Amino acid sequence: MLDFIVRRLIAIVPVLTVVAVFVFLMLRLTPGDPAAVIAGDNATSDQIDDIRAKLGLNEPLWTQFAIWISSILQGDFGESYFFKKTVAELIAQRVEPTLALATCTLIFAVSVSVPVGVLAAYRQGSMFDRVVMGFSVLGFSVPGFVIGYCLIYVFAIELGWLPVQGYTRIGVNFWGFLERMVLPSLTLSVGFIALISRITRASVLEVLNEDYIRTARAKGLSNRVVLMRHALRNAAVPILTVIGLGIAILIGGAVITESVFGLPGLGRLTVEAVLSRDFPTIQTVILMFSVVYVVINLLIDISYTLFDPRIRY
Amino acid sequence: MSATGVKPVLEVRDLTVSLPAGADRPHAVEKVSFTVNPGEIVCLVGESGSGKSVIAFTVMGLLAKALKPTSGEILLEGENVLAANEDRLRELRCTRMSMIFQEPMTALNPVMSCGEQIDEVLSTHTQLDAGERRAKILAILGRVKLPEPERIYASYPHQLSGGQRQRIMIAMALVLDPVLLIADEPTTALDVTTQAEILKLIAELQAGQGTGVLFITHDFGVVAEIAHRVAVLRWGQLVEMGPTEQILSRPGHGYTKMLISSVPSITPQHRGVRKDGITVLRTEKLGKTYSGKAFFQKARVVKAAIDVDLDIRKGETLGIVGESGSGKSTVARCIARLIDPTEGKVFLGDTEIATMSVGKLRPHRRKVQIVFQDPYRSMNPRITVGEFIIEGPMNFGLRKEEALARARKLMETVRLDPNSLDRYPHQFSGGQRQRICIARALAMEPELLIADEAVSALDVSVQKQVLELLDEIRQRLNLAVLFITHDLRVAAQICDYVAVMSKGRVVEYGSAEQVFGAPRDDYTKALFAAAPGRHWEFGKFATA
Repeated sequence: MLDFIVRRLIAIVPVLTVVAVFVFLMLRLTPGDPAAVIAGDNATSDQIDDIRAKLGLNEPLWTQFAIWISSILQGDFGESYFFKKTVAELIAQRVEPTLALATCTLIFAVSVSVPVGVLAAYRQGSMFDRVVMGFSVLGFSVPGFVIGYCLIYVFAIELGWLPVQGYTRIGVNFWGFLERMVLPSLTLSVGFIALISRITRASVLEVLNEDYIRTARAKGLSNRVVLMRHALRNAAVPILTVIGLGIAILIGGAVITESVFGLPGLGRLTVEAVLSRDFPTIQTVILMFSVVYVVINLLIDISYTLFDPRIRY
Repeated sequence: MSATGVKPVLEVRDLTVSLPAGADRPHAVEKVSFTVNPGEIVCLVGESGSGKSVIAFTVMGLLAKALKPTSGEILLEGENVLAANEDRLRELRCTRMSMIFQEPMTALNPVMSCGEQIDEVLSTHTQLDAGERRAKILAILGRVKLPEPERIYASYPHQLSGGQRQRIMIAMALVLDPVLLIADEPTTALDVTTQAEILKLIAELQAGQGTGVLFITHDFGVVAEIAHRVAVLRWGQLVEMGPTEQILSRPGHGYTKMLISSVPSITPQHRGVRKDGITVLRTEKLGKTYSGKAFFQKARVVKAAIDVDLDIRKGETLGIVGESGSGKSTVARCIARLIDPTEGKVFLGDTEIATMSVGKLRPHRRKVQIVFQDPYRSMNPRITVGEFIIEGPMNFGLRKEEALARARKLMETVRLDPNSLDRYPHQFSGGQRQRICIARALAMEPELLIADEAVSALDVSVQKQVLELLDEIRQRLNLAVLFITHDLRVAAQICDYVAVMSKGRVVEYGSAEQVFGAPRDDYTKALFAAAPGRHWEFGKFATA
């Protein structure tokens, strides 16, 4: 087991290397000059050159890369071109809303989609099943910002139940925090619920045909026990896998959702950094997302062992 | 109490179960009546599709939704279970009637420990506290003769063998002493020695508790071994019923007679002395070792075949018999080079093929052809039978018209209609598909035909036909045949020579007459001793 974790952690290194090279090159090979953005509209080309030199952007590509990597290895993520702060500070400021959004979304999505998927599988072909599957197609296809604006219109503007935008820190006012989390996490959940309920339904359906389900029924167990104790636990591995992969959707969705609801999180930071060609910030945020993604999937893989005794690393 | 003083535990009266519209017949089961008395084992015998499992599932109330009991009664100690609601049925399951299934490998929940799974029965149906439940479970694990009940309690199904899992199933079924046990082919998936143990266990437990057993099987060997009374089913109808001895030796119905005479005899036929034929295939110290390489861990090494020396001559059938995991299929696959042997040599004629490179091997591939076990899964469902047969010869350069002409001829050889070449596999029955697989193998004009459990998935009457066909083809084409089987009766009937394998080694090798008549090795002796119904000469009916 320890063996497995160590190997998987070592495997993060090549993943991050590829991501680092890719992000670095993408930023430098696409048009758009951070120096020009910083200098503003009225700058002369000399001023821009000056700024370029100060930022080290005139160095050959590989030198820039080497400098960046070596400073990262020393724990220095650089200074933002745009925000005039170190990237580390910047991220520390912005991490809470995103973490809160992701956690609320995950809890909400899983607690809705898994029971719904199980029930849909149990009542395969029923009205309930068809409605759920219909909604899941809808949930996949409607873009997040459309859902977001619709929710704002209905619940914030027309009904006035919830605030339109903004963020309250969890430590400052818990109710305010919750009020402002409801709509964003609902928005972000929609796609996630569609995905997980579909997979839950499919894998429970498959398990329901297994011989041991017949055995469980032959023991005189109630339908609820058969479904929750015997079917769901055996169907857990594919569901967990999709939840893990879905974290990527969550990260992508956070960028849009935070913009719609004006949450000062990492998603918005990413958008702002990209628009202002803030290289150090973009690079660090993307590297960080990669680490989070790999680690979460490692945790998911480890969690398999809790559900299936046959899986041993 | 009736006049005889015995009240049956199960009484099935005029039971009819209808099939959904569009099925090949209107009823899965039609007007079937029989009884099971306390302490009695009643065997329901029939071929696939006879409705025997449907009856079992109807009694348990576990029928698939598409099937509906339309008339009749099923009385469990006088209570009509067809009229019982779902809650009442749940109460009855495992307390009054229990069921064990064919596949012990899949019948247990893989993510729950065996103890927990038995515990569920007790916590659902009794008021016992945790300690009492545990004591009761350990006691029943002891009664089904599982070693170290404490360890088994905590084990997961995948940590146990097939026989042990079936014991867990039996323990689960009998822990609350039900009056009726339904056993649906409980030993079919097990090796012959394990089967003998499980049959013995079931008989002992039911005799001890006076449990009535409804035992479903297709195997007359098992019937002869365990049944008190036998009911023969065909197409959902009860053909005849009576005491075992009477049914086996004086069957009244033609179908029963046909079925029983199809059971291959365990006494080998006299095949004559060995002809001086040309050796088609010879192996020398053939071995296959599987090693799983792990990064940090010690590599796991499994020796699937060790020092196997065999030879087959033209016109001869060599059988390899053994239990699962004995290495018999590994040897066949090595010979066909479907997998690469790790040691030793394989001579095809004079050519050594064990170490030959894949490119050079290609022309030799034609000479060795295999017919696999499951005719349902070894054919591509999306290509026609004709394409299936001609694909191989065309791959070796035959023109399409010639290949088709050959396919037509071969369809006649395997006694199928040559005009059905443009049909798809699902339009044929299992036996017909296996004939098509044989035709496909023959289309390559092989020197060696390997039949890997080729008749094991077939009903006994169909099995007999396919075996006769194979033997006839062998004679006519003077073909060398390697016949892999776990079924001693089949081996006795079709093989000139027999190699008995155990744990990767050939433990006994000789003519079928010698191996079956006077086995020398202890393992072979144990194997034969375990064969169900070995004392019974099937098909020698007494004249009434």
